[in-house]
Amino acid sequence: MTEWLALILVVMMLAAALAVVLVPNLVGAIAASSAVSLVVAVIFVVLRAPDVAMTEAAVGAGLSAAVLGLGVRRLGLWKLNEGKKDDA
Amino acid sequence: MRKAASLLFAGGLAFLLAVLVAKLPFGETPMVLGKQVLAQGAEQTGTANLVTSVVVGYRAYDTLGELSILFTAALALGLVLGKRNAAAPRDPDAGLVLRASADLLLPLLLVVGFYIILHGHLTPGGGFQGGVIVAAALFIPILARPSRGLDHGVLVWLESLAGALFILIGLAALFQDGAFLEPLLGKGELGRLLSGGTLPLLYLLVGVKVGAELTGLLVNLADAEAVE
Repeated sequence: MTEWLALILVVMMLAAALAVVLVPNLVGAIAASSAVSLVVAVIFVVLRAPDVAMTEAAVGAGLSAAVLGLGVRRLGLWKLNEGKKDDA
Repeated sequence: MRKAASLLFAGGLAFLLAVLVAKLPFGETPMVLGKQVLAQGAEQTGTANLVTSVVVGYRAYDTLGELSILFTAALALGLVLGKRNAAAPRDPDAGLVLRASADLLLPLLLVVGFYIILHGHLTPGGGFQGGVIVAAALFIPILARPSRGLDHGVLVWLESLAGALFILIGLAALFQDGAFLEPLLGKGELGRLLSGGTLPLLYLLVGVKVGAELTGLLVNLADAEAVE
């Protein structure tokens, strides 16, 4: 049971990690990187490491996404519709 | 040529990793220290959460290093961002829903953050996790009302005070017991809120320092003028 759960979680994590690289929109990529950390936090809970899971959820999924987003905004790259074909 | 060099580099790296993996015993820790801590941690430090006994007990010196790394990172960010262009326009306030929910979330997140900090020696969590939550609690209202800003003076004082007290507690242990950051004040009863000697106090200081530092960092970043 735990193995299957871990397998599903790892697949989800890898899919989110691929999305970080493949999504052309920077804001979307940040959201995907946050999702990677969220799944990793769940994996830590399954592996019975709640302390690390809390750190991962707070820092990885929350804070680092906020810092990345604010950095993107500071550089003037915050565009929500980038990468869409009908954006003209 | 460059492609061949990259391939060679990647291949070499993979070879090194394979050698490491082949040599490592799988499924058992080669360290003896972990077993020692599991066997004696609760008895020696008086904290129910063994992770905390490692973080602010056995490895408190490393925690001090982590705090200084975070401090350096925040300092470097401040240096890179520099002073705000006074003429640059600020973002407008958010809508009613976001503003109202930010006001609702502030006390809720503060309670959760300080609960996690203060119960770090009993349940999972502690100064770092709680500190990040406190920082998020203080930052969300700023995000909803960018024009209001935050008093950096208080944050700087809190952060310096927490860092200085952490080192002072360590020095007090040095003079009393002969080891820097050794737990003091008696262990108390295992599992009570007031137990574990100075460890909960150290974790509270870590939480205040991390919270103040990260709030300042986030507000600095959010306050920076955006490039058009």
